[in-house]
Amino acid sequence: MDGFVPLNHYLLLSATLFVIGVLGVLLRRNVIVVFMSIEIMLNAVNISLIAFDHYLNNSDGQVFSFMVMCVAAAEVSVGLAIIISMFRNKPTVNLDEFNILKW
Amino acid sequence: MEHIPAPAIDFISLAPALILSVFGMLVLLMDLFAGKNKNLLVFASLVGLVLAGVSAFAPKALPVVSFGGSYVVDHLSVFFTLIFVFSSALTILLSIEYNPRNGIRAGEYYALILFCTVGMILLASATDLIMIFLGIEVVSICLYVLAGIKRGDVKSNEAALKYFLLGAFATGFLVYGMTLLYGATGTTKLAGIAEVIHSGQTNSDTLLLLGTVLLIIGFGFKVASVPFHMWAPDVYEGAPSPVTAFMAVGPKAAALVAFYRVFATAIPEIGTTWDTLLMVVAVATMVIGNFGAIVQTNIKRLLAYSSISHVGYLLIAIIARNSLGGSAIAYYMMAYAFMIFGTFGIVILLGEKNSENLEIKNYAGLGVKQPAIALCMTVFMLSLGGMPPFAGFIAKFYIFGAAIKEGYVVLVVIAVLNSVVSLYYYLKIVVLMYMKDSERELELSMGPITLAVVAIAVFGTIEMGLFPDPILQLTQ
Amino acid sequence: MELLIFYPLAGFCVLMGLGVIISSSPINSALSLIAMMMGLAGVFVLQQAHFLAILQIIVYAGAIMVLFMFVIMLLNLKSAEEDTWSIRPQNTYVSVLTGFLALGALYKIACVISQAKLDSPAAVPDDFGTVVRVGTTLFTDFVLPFEVASILLLAAMVGAVVLAKNKID
Repeated sequence: MDGFVPLNHYLLLSATLFVIGVLGVLLRRNVIVVFMSIEIMLNAVNISLIAFDHYLNNSDGQVFSFMVMCVAAAEVSVGLAIIISMFRNKPTVNLDEFNILKW
Repeated sequence: MEHIPAPAIDFISLAPALILSVFGMLVLLMDLFAGKNKNLLVFASLVGLVLAGVSAFAPKALPVVSFGGSYVVDHLSVFFTLIFVFSSALTILLSIEYNPRNGIRAGEYYALILFCTVGMILLASATDLIMIFLGIEVVSICLYVLAGIKRGDVKSNEAALKYFLLGAFATGFLVYGMTLLYGATGTTKLAGIAEVIHSGQTNSDTLLLLGTVLLIIGFGFKVASVPFHMWAPDVYEGAPSPVTAFMAVGPKAAALVAFYRVFATAIPEIGTTWDTLLMVVAVATMVIGNFGAIVQTNIKRLLAYSSISHVGYLLIAIIARNSLGGSAIAYYMMAYAFMIFGTFGIVILLGEKNSENLEIKNYAGLGVKQPAIALCMTVFMLSLGGMPPFAGFIAKFYIFGAAIKEGYVVLVVIAVLNSVVSLYYYLKIVVLMYMKDSERELELSMGPITLAVVAIAVFGTIEMGLFPDPILQLTQ
Repeated sequence: MELLIFYPLAGFCVLMGLGVIISSSPINSALSLIAMMMGLAGVFVLQQAHFLAILQIIVYAGAIMVLFMFVIMLLNLKSAEEDTWSIRPQNTYVSVLTGFLALGALYKIACVISQAKLDSPAAVPDDFGTVVRVGTTLFTDFVLPFEVASILLLAAMVGAVVLAKNKID
């Protein structure tokens, strides 16, 4: 079967990107970048889903990743709206400055 | 060109969700013409909720499985539908007087509550990972918006942002966990997953375990269990009070029932690998919730920590993973709904014109000035602390019973001890109300509708404590 | 052939992913993210998931990232001086710790994944990943999630308008 990339390597790519996303969420303080890191996490999941689908010769995973995209779109629209509505009252995107409530 | 066969759609099973979606859209449309007076919207939403509640009883001969095994209507889901409908109705009733006073004017508020309820109903019946994922997202997205709907208030903005960021982060873990479960078993149906695990034909056990851990993280965030509870106090404090009450009951119940379905129906066979982890989480949740609550000075933060500790008790029912556990969760959430809506009704009643008046020390002297309200608050506090003869006692009793039946005695002992600790901060409020004199006069805003909600809640708390059998039978 | 394309592409995606979380300007982050998503679309094509690859470009790289750019422009975030890495010395300790934890987790996951007995993919039929096949699954087995997605999008749309609208009533 040479010439084929084993499933493990796709999963590894997915895990690597997922961890990069998690790191971005934990380390960055710019709301928009944190938000983009969450998108990386969702994208990483999509790789796994499609790789599993390819391996299992199934379509469920692709439907799942279709739904993940749909959810990502909905989350982005709401999230950016939240950022805008907050920016109106407090013009900053630095998470450390959101400290009226104890984090 | 071959045609796709038309899928069979079971409208009767879906009736509550369909009715509520239609009413949600109706409310959106009516908002265009309603102007400043939102009473019509309130009325339409309540009608929709009542119809949905009635239609939950439409399917004959439960359980009904539809949509190729991805949707099931059983006793558990019917009962949870009732909890959701009931809690949404109470939220809307609490909002009638609260919203104008606090500058929440958007008519979409009611539509979002209805859509959120649709998500919860679907979640209670979902038996497919994709459905569970979408249900959780419908609920979460509505809640992000509802938490931030007090647009002029920085606290509310911050609550929405924190809830959103941590919620979306958790979604990442949840969906990754589901993916690994799918990859290990080759199906997204919970029953199918259980079958594959039972026959030992998983593609990879290690992926299954990794997926389970990620699912515990994801669900842990959604139900606010330790160590993923950090968002709860902030969000509860910043969100408008009716929305906080709503969050503490409906969405939490919905996430718990999905949690229960995944862990008790799909992967119970590998239970020995995850129940230790979940036990540690449950104990930590109870302990940190209760000890965190002791030091709080803000009533909403206190209730947030108290709700974290209640999640700890509820996780015990998931660990027990027997049918008794499922009905114990249902009973507990119903009792909890009464207690929380009553308490938040009182919190809203005590709000003043200019401030929400959330400091616990302002409750001093209430026993003299407002004896009726103080008495109601005492009932709720004792019930939350698990004292007989109130609903909270019976609810805890069933959960512990379910766990003892499976032999988790140590866990139950820890939970009972925690229950005793929790009485300390609940009784602190009672003592403050009766034993101390007030420092200043409060200008209370006694709304008749909010008072009615409190009255309903008191009745429910006492009724469920004295006569638990009829409701318990509904859950089984 | 697959080998020849996959590894450079995977490396590119990882690099761009790192670019998102390292670059100090949000615009650069967004551009890296778009590049990463394009790269991932390539990975999807390698897996013969053509439909999803197209969606990845249209929905993610197209719609979602445009929205991101739009908000960055709207909020007028320049090369955000105040929130780069170096400005947070008080958190260096935490950052390093999290970094190591994450690397540890990644190592652990890598071990788990390579233990999994999933070496070679089965040969897939020609219609795998086509619109017809995915669409058929979507509209038969998963018609309910598809309908729920519409509620989700409606709620998100209404919610976004409520929050971002300039003045209510």
